[in-house]
Amino acid sequence: MNRKTLNTVLTHAILIITLIGVAFPMYYAFVMATHTHQDAYAFPPILRPGNQLWNNMKTAWDRVNMGTLLKNSAIIAVVVSVGKIAFSIMAAFAFTHFKFRGSWFLFPLCMVTQMMPLPVRVIPLYRMMASWNWLNTYRALTIPYFASTTGIILFRQFYLTVPQELADAARVDGATPMQYLWNILLPLSWTNVAALLVIEFVYMWNEYLWPNIATTDSGMRVAQIGLRMLYTSERGAAEWNIIMAGLLIIMLPPLLLLIVFRRQFAQGIAMQTTK
Amino acid sequence: MNRFPNHRILPYALVMPSIAVIAIFLIIPFGQAVYLSFHRVSPFGALRNVGWRNYVEMFASAEYLFSFRNTMIFSALVIGVGLTIALCIALLTTQKIRGAAFYQIAFIWTYAMSPIIAGVMWSLIFDPAIGIMARLIGSATGYSINYFTDPVAAFLLVTAASVWIMLGYNICFFVAGLQNVPHELKEAAWIDGATTWQTFWVVTFPMLSPTTAFLVFVNTVYAFFQSFGMIDVVTQGGPNRSTEFLIYKIYRDGFGRMQEGQAAAQSVFLFVLIAIVGAVQIYTSTKKSVYDR
Repeated sequence: MNRKTLNTVLTHAILIITLIGVAFPMYYAFVMATHTHQDAYAFPPILRPGNQLWNNMKTAWDRVNMGTLLKNSAIIAVVVSVGKIAFSIMAAFAFTHFKFRGSWFLFPLCMVTQMMPLPVRVIPLYRMMASWNWLNTYRALTIPYFASTTGIILFRQFYLTVPQELADAARVDGATPMQYLWNILLPLSWTNVAALLVIEFVYMWNEYLWPNIATTDSGMRVAQIGLRMLYTSERGAAEWNIIMAGLLIIMLPPLLLLIVFRRQFAQGIAMQTTK
Repeated sequence: MNRFPNHRILPYALVMPSIAVIAIFLIIPFGQAVYLSFHRVSPFGALRNVGWRNYVEMFASAEYLFSFRNTMIFSALVIGVGLTIALCIALLTTQKIRGAAFYQIAFIWTYAMSPIIAGVMWSLIFDPAIGIMARLIGSATGYSINYFTDPVAAFLLVTAASVWIMLGYNICFFVAGLQNVPHELKEAAWIDGATTWQTFWVVTFPMLSPTTAFLVFVNTVYAFFQSFGMIDVVTQGGPNRSTEFLIYKIYRDGFGRMQEGQAAAQSVFLFVLIAIVGAVQIYTSTKKSVYDR
């Protein structure tokens, strides 16, 4: 075996071992979810899947009222994703296609969003929501999230690469800017829309601090809080099979979305790294 | 830039929604946090101006400094260990090998995991009764680790789970960054007799600095803020406050102990910290690299 082949084999070996290592926590969680409580505690540990997955999922589902939790998470994740995509497309379009007074100030202002994550302003925001009677509403869980630095950067980078002639031609043909945005620019933007959808849906589905503070009503709780309830209900001899069955259900929606749009997501990331 | 010169009002209408959200839900609450940080809140909600006292007491508090120190160690580990592993994997997957595209995609999925999910998965691995990690370490060293009582074990648990959760995103960014490094530069280095190792440090790594700076920022944001869910669910800041990171302390002081003024001062300081990291990132990504002319 010459040196080059050895290198290739070694590269594959390292990558495959790392991949297995990274996948192990997920696999172990899955195996746990397929066993009875007794088998979950067997020694030596059983690393092959059992046949209790469905039963465990049903138990977890009933225990924390999973239907409501998933519905709430789905609503806020979809609404925030759509809101952020729409707002960032509009802002990015303005910053790339128009010269207007104050844009030198407004663009950096949009960039500060990432410097002020919600936790930094959580106490005043809570007071604000309480005084508006927004606690325990979808409004409190969605509207404060609508501005997106990532989204504006993503669409701006793309719109800067669209040839000037396209807009000129549209203008000569008598199209208004909004018609140009809607009929020409938007159809070209689907990759970015999909990438941002993944980023924001995953972000919102996994959000915990704010929903935990802004909701107390059990009908308004979200999936992440449900996982906490499953996990902390019995700390002594934790029912790992039930916890992990619930975890799999809660994990699935963002994971599926990422798998479906993995290429668009990767392309979106590539676009953020180019200047 | 100006492709539609006859529209004066439209651009303002287009940026208005984003600006309104930023003004109402970001700038104003942040301003209030600054204001609140100079006050104490009585149990009945009345504000009393105390000047810089919240800040002075914060930096004099052993509890706060301990939390600050642990947050820094945690962030350094998440960034240092996480980015090193991610860069190594990204370098391997951008070699000329079969299935490179498959490997580049195969690590992505940890991005979809929430900090709570990662924390729960890893707490099973560290579980003192049945966890694989606890058993392995136990049989190798005879030392039984228990993250309920052992500060080091709890700290390792949240660090491992955090490195793991950020891996998919970090690899994805490094792969994209590596693909932007012009091949001619590497070839030029090879022709000049540089080894692969030298080529990496002299060409690839400097060219990658905007990507690295961006990832340092994103991972700092994770370590400072997003790790909250994992801490709240898995360790509740314990044992012995070893995982009570700054954000968790803000939450405890602000909502648990009702010390809103003190918690606001902590928020403002946390903002200053993240703003410094953000400013360094912006500086790194906009300054011309050694190879730009």
